[in-house]
Amino acid sequence: MNSFKKNLLKKRYNAERRFQWYGKIAIGLALSFLAVFMFQIFSKGYSAFQKTWIVTEVHYDKELLLIDAESPSKDDLENADYYDVAYKAMTSLDPGLPEEEDRQLIQMVSYKYEAEVKDLLLKNPDYLGKIVPIKLTASDDIDQVHKGNYPRDIPEKNRRVNDYQLQIYDMLNERGDILSEFNISFFTNPDSREAELAGIASSFMGTVFSILVCLAFSFPVAVLAAIYLEEFAPKNKFTDFIEVNINNLAAVPSIVFGLLGLGILLAVFNLPRSTPLVGGITLSLMTLPTIIIAARASLKAVPPSIREAALAMGASNMQTTMHHTVPLSMPGTLSGTIIGLAQALGETAPLILIGMVAFVNTIPGTPVDPAASLPVQIYIWSESAERGFVEKVSACIMVLLAFLILMNLAAQIVRHKFEKKWS
Amino acid sequence: MNLILVTFIILLAFTSYYFGRKKALVIQSSQRLTALPKFYGYYLAAWCAAPALIIFALWSVFEPSIVKTFILQDYTDQNLTKNELQLIYTKVKALAAGTYTGNITNFLDESANKYIQLKGIANSAKVAIILAILIFSLSFAYRSVQKNDRMREPVEIFLKWVLFVASLGAVLVTIGIVFSLLFEAIRFFQAVKIFDFIFGTHWYPAKTFVRDGQPDPELMKDAFGAVPLFAGTFFIAFIAMCVAIPIGLLSGIYLSEYAGRGVRKYAKPIIEILAGIPTVVYGFFAALTVGPFVKEIGNAMGLEVSAESALAAGAVMGVMIIPFISSLSDDVMTAVPQNLRDGSYAMGATKSETVKKVIFPAALPGIVGSILLAVSRAVGETMIVVMASGLAANLTMNPLESTSTITAQIVVILIGDQQFGDPKTQSAFALGISLFIVTLLLNVIALSVVKKYREKYE
Repeated sequence: MNSFKKNLLKKRYNAERRFQWYGKIAIGLALSFLAVFMFQIFSKGYSAFQKTWIVTEVHYDKELLLIDAESPSKDDLENADYYDVAYKAMTSLDPGLPEEEDRQLIQMVSYKYEAEVKDLLLKNPDYLGKIVPIKLTASDDIDQVHKGNYPRDIPEKNRRVNDYQLQIYDMLNERGDILSEFNISFFTNPDSREAELAGIASSFMGTVFSILVCLAFSFPVAVLAAIYLEEFAPKNKFTDFIEVNINNLAAVPSIVFGLLGLGILLAVFNLPRSTPLVGGITLSLMTLPTIIIAARASLKAVPPSIREAALAMGASNMQTTMHHTVPLSMPGTLSGTIIGLAQALGETAPLILIGMVAFVNTIPGTPVDPAASLPVQIYIWSESAERGFVEKVSACIMVLLAFLILMNLAAQIVRHKFEKKWS
Repeated sequence: MNLILVTFIILLAFTSYYFGRKKALVIQSSQRLTALPKFYGYYLAAWCAAPALIIFALWSVFEPSIVKTFILQDYTDQNLTKNELQLIYTKVKALAAGTYTGNITNFLDESANKYIQLKGIANSAKVAIILAILIFSLSFAYRSVQKNDRMREPVEIFLKWVLFVASLGAVLVTIGIVFSLLFEAIRFFQAVKIFDFIFGTHWYPAKTFVRDGQPDPELMKDAFGAVPLFAGTFFIAFIAMCVAIPIGLLSGIYLSEYAGRGVRKYAKPIIEILAGIPTVVYGFFAALTVGPFVKEIGNAMGLEVSAESALAAGAVMGVMIIPFISSLSDDVMTAVPQNLRDGSYAMGATKSETVKKVIFPAALPGIVGSILLAVSRAVGETMIVVMASGLAANLTMNPLESTSTITAQIVVILIGDQQFGDPKTQSAFALGISLFIVTLLLNVIALSVVKKYREKYE
């Protein structure tokens, strides 16, 4: 072999290796995007599952509570005035502080601290007249300082926590009066303007209701439509049109469905704005083609021998379909439905258009109460300037992703466990 | 009231099912049955529920507008505009419901009384008609049961119609989309010339907001030029494709031609996770991590970079789109027949030469189709742009500045309370219909290309 040929061969082999490397690098890049992404979300979000408390002492002084009765009833406790008692509980942290500076201490706890003082007494009526330790929710600034998310070395005037508050915080921290516990209120509280109180309960319920409404509307229609198109439809122009229509509908941008919801459901049918009912119907229109396509695919996968056997036994077309083909296709249809719902679960834009971005600080009890949904909550919080919301957004994303992973797992399980393998 | 009526119809349908089945057993003692006993039940139940429910639905749809015409008849001599009439009708309804708080004039009071009266008549008429239909259709069905007519066929034909109507659902959604978009868009184009919309280069709808009254037509002319949005949309989609096509295509090629079974089994679904992550999450990522990162790098190189740059949004969108291209191109390349590969190897070609010169050209239509689908995805993407690329519609080709897209502007316009009838709100629908047309075209072309390709090899 002469050297020219050898060189050429070498070149070609090098090109071969290079090309393989390009492919490997491309896959590596795609995977590393995912890894970076997950790492970012987790490293920012895990701290939101911890809640910071400030421990102090509260004196349930009958006089300050304005309770006259000798043995006060539940109602008396309910209607008592907790302002002074709560105020004293915080200012007692630094008795030497001049009165006009008190606000600095009050700002270290959440603005709902008075309610927390009240709740403790309502739960333990025998505390009345006693001095007891109490846990108060720290303000989001102190919370962020405690979690180390807040730089302490920038100049005081650029900081939301001043030097005095930091000093008190350090003192409390040394005494062990700053507690960090699992953040239950993140899961049980509705949305709030204050980061330390904001939770996902309202948006979570909104999501659950929208998904249920979406399922109730899209699943029956989609399955029936798929049965018709796959088993009964004559081959003609009209059914071709329906088919093309479904395929195109599956690729229409989600925001267009939002416009549809706004222009028809809200403007023409006058359904209540900002509610999971409208959100769910809008999402169901979006999932409809996905489920139809999945259901048709799994109907198609049922071997013709099943149909032929049923027909040979004298069953009618309808009986063959309803008693044999459809039940056998259900695993595939169900897993397609779950995947479609998972897609709907992550949708944001259409829900924004139908008004599910309203600030909702109550937990919705029915699908016709105003609500947000988890993705919309992510959007709302990420638009907030406060630092405390960044970790909340990441935590909310983690909850949403967990939800999606669970649904996809369920789809996999349904498919693998119940699907019959023909062949 | 409506709920009771519907529950009643459904309960009656259930009872008639059991009644029909029982009747069949009675008939069995004297004659041969034409179908299984349950079909007798289905037959009665279907005749009971279907006509009544259909009439009920039609009635519910048409009743409000009929009542409205009756009420507004009294106002025809006052020369009111459509909006004023609508306002009066809302007031009348509120007054009738007892939630009206404004001034009550005699005229309004009279209308409200009439409204209540009409509603009452309509309600009793509805109940009467539905009861009549129930009795009529049930007795008709019962007669056929008694005569022991064929029972299975009508039931199956009925079921088939139910299936057919369900399959119309998808068509109905499309019609709904087109109508809702067209309706508002046409009203928009009555206020703003379509020429100004398509060729105008200034998009600034907030400018047209005027409290109480019509905005200045001169202002309108210059506020709704959609060119910056069209340009921004395709610019960001272009950036996204610059990221997604090389990475997606190369990973697709590697997965289909080189990767062993183990790698393929795990790598493919993991890459597909990227497509399953909600877009709002990408938006957050782009706004909080990628945007500042791009800005820092740009500033270090001495460039002026906006914190909300088209580059950040486009790049993140590209990452989101990678799996669309990689999975689809993997599929089409796997579908290329093995004998093409074998032929190429037999001529002494290396694997990469085979891929580049044989498989890639053979799979090209499918790959182009998958790229077009990905472009349509990028054009319709909303949340990433809303959160990461700013909301100001700049006409720029500089990836470091912020641009806006069609979808982002729709969100900006419609977030919060909307005033229907305001050109600003209507402009969102005009944008929506242009978006719909663009994505529809891309999809139709992509799907037909892919279909042609499939027919070639399958």
